[in-house]
Amino acid sequence: MSNTNKVSLESRLSARRIFIDGIFRFFLLLSVTFALGFIFVIVYRLWRNAGWLLSWDLIKNFPSYDIDSAGFQSSITGSIWVVGVATLIALPIGALTALYLESFSNKKSKLQKLVELNIQNLAGVPAVVFGLIGLAFIARGPFSWGFTVGSAAMVIAMLILPVIIIITRESIRAVPPSFKEGALALGATPWQAVYRLVLPYAIPGTATGTILAVSRAIGESAPLLLLGALSFVTFNPTGLDSGFTILPLAIFKYASDSREEFQVLASAGSLILLAILFAMNLSAILLRDRTLRKRNV
Amino acid sequence: MDQTMTNAAVQKKTMQFIDPVFTLTDVSVSYGNFVAVSDVNMQIPSRDITAFIGPSGCGKSTLLRSLNRTNDLIPGAKVHGEVLYHDANLYDAKASAVEVRRRIGMVFQKPNPFPKSIYENVAFGPKVNGRPKKSELDIIVEKSLRSAALWDEVKDRLNDSALGLSGGQQQRLCIARSIAVEPEVILMDEPCSALDPIATLRIEDLMMELKKDYTIVIVTHNMQQAGRVSSYTGFFVTEVNPESDLRTGRLVEFNDTKKIFSNPDDERTEAYVTGKIG
Repeated sequence: MSNTNKVSLESRLSARRIFIDGIFRFFLLLSVTFALGFIFVIVYRLWRNAGWLLSWDLIKNFPSYDIDSAGFQSSITGSIWVVGVATLIALPIGALTALYLESFSNKKSKLQKLVELNIQNLAGVPAVVFGLIGLAFIARGPFSWGFTVGSAAMVIAMLILPVIIIITRESIRAVPPSFKEGALALGATPWQAVYRLVLPYAIPGTATGTILAVSRAIGESAPLLLLGALSFVTFNPTGLDSGFTILPLAIFKYASDSREEFQVLASAGSLILLAILFAMNLSAILLRDRTLRKRNV
Repeated sequence: MDQTMTNAAVQKKTMQFIDPVFTLTDVSVSYGNFVAVSDVNMQIPSRDITAFIGPSGCGKSTLLRSLNRTNDLIPGAKVHGEVLYHDANLYDAKASAVEVRRRIGMVFQKPNPFPKSIYENVAFGPKVNGRPKKSELDIIVEKSLRSAALWDEVKDRLNDSALGLSGGQQQRLCIARSIAVEPEVILMDEPCSALDPIATLRIEDLMMELKKDYTIVIVTHNMQQAGRVSSYTGFFVTEVNPESDLRTGRLVEFNDTKKIFSNPDDERTEAYVTGKIG
């Protein structure tokens, strides 16, 4: 009686299956270690090199040939100006484009397919190409805005626009279609349905994506190199027509100095840049988590 | 010739009502090359409950959705024939889908409350259809929730998220939301299929209450439900064309619900309602 009821739950997996399991796990761990290791090594080396240098003075001081009073203020404000204005330009255009493509246009038309393909392509265009376009058409050529915050912001806006469109479309697609259906069944116009239901629901995802796009743009240097950002700037930008420099290029300038003290300064600048990036990514994650929590009431 | 004869015969059999809400004449609905339902002739009476039953894929939901132009939202969907709402053609070039849907509301299979408060869900319709004052809105919201038999359960938490309600409550909220824009007709697409039996009964009670003021058309997979709530029932089947192998839905019989379930005119109806097929 008791014999027939005996059940063995001991593993009967073959050695081969256990081995394959183990190998798989090993490679997963290896990949994670590799990814995290990179960041760790970079931060660690920068910190050992220049951590002692970090102070408010470093952020408050303007660039100088005197190592003791040299800092990054103009490049930090320059970066904020350029990226801030670029976001102000790209976000509304990108969000509205995405909204149109997702909610209003005929998704099966050939034109739409062409537009979609080109947005994907635009996202893959090297940044330096946008820099050249900016140089030819905005800084010089038809617009002739010169080497200013405005020109730089336009170029960075072009750079992040396709990314913002793609991300916004994703977050609009994540809105359950039943919301729109329900709204239309109540006699709402398509625009009312989108404005009152789809858009509010898609905003957190869009915001998160935009922060990530912008945090990539803030480290971008190649296109702005072409727009005169390299000069030694000892003033903060005062407007769109103002000259400027940006943090990555200020770092580059110090790093290419032959004196070792200035190279350490470059490391310190890198730490500031990384801190800004981490802060932005962290805010993106917090924003996402908060809205997800709110949604699952 | 033979074909027209049978069509005429079908047409004759269609029940006639005084001042019907809908009059369908040779209505077919297609998605691209696929004809989901074809050659429907029927009238739907005012302030009563009409049920559409039939096996899956027989086009009953498609037909229901064509009654308030919800099909317009699907690219490639086309309605042929004539759908009259009173004496106005729903698919007239001048007819506005927005206006149509304001008069003819819809409750969906899965409860779809908006991610807003209970109050805002009900206030949504009135808000998009005008700019009511807060005091007017309060009255509309209370009235609609009372009509949907939900007021007593939610009156103390109107500002809580609608997503916190149970499935049955959510569906009654969706009905309240429809009522709030004062439509004449409420279309219900399997409104109870996601609900438990108790919640289902509450919705059915509610429908019986609502038919005093509203015309209700319900699609249901649940034959007992059709028998319990509706006065008239349309039975649909899927027909397969033996030559082209194309499927299409057809209205087999439209009759008094009692007759459909006791002594239907068509043997296919009888086979279905007695459980011999489907």
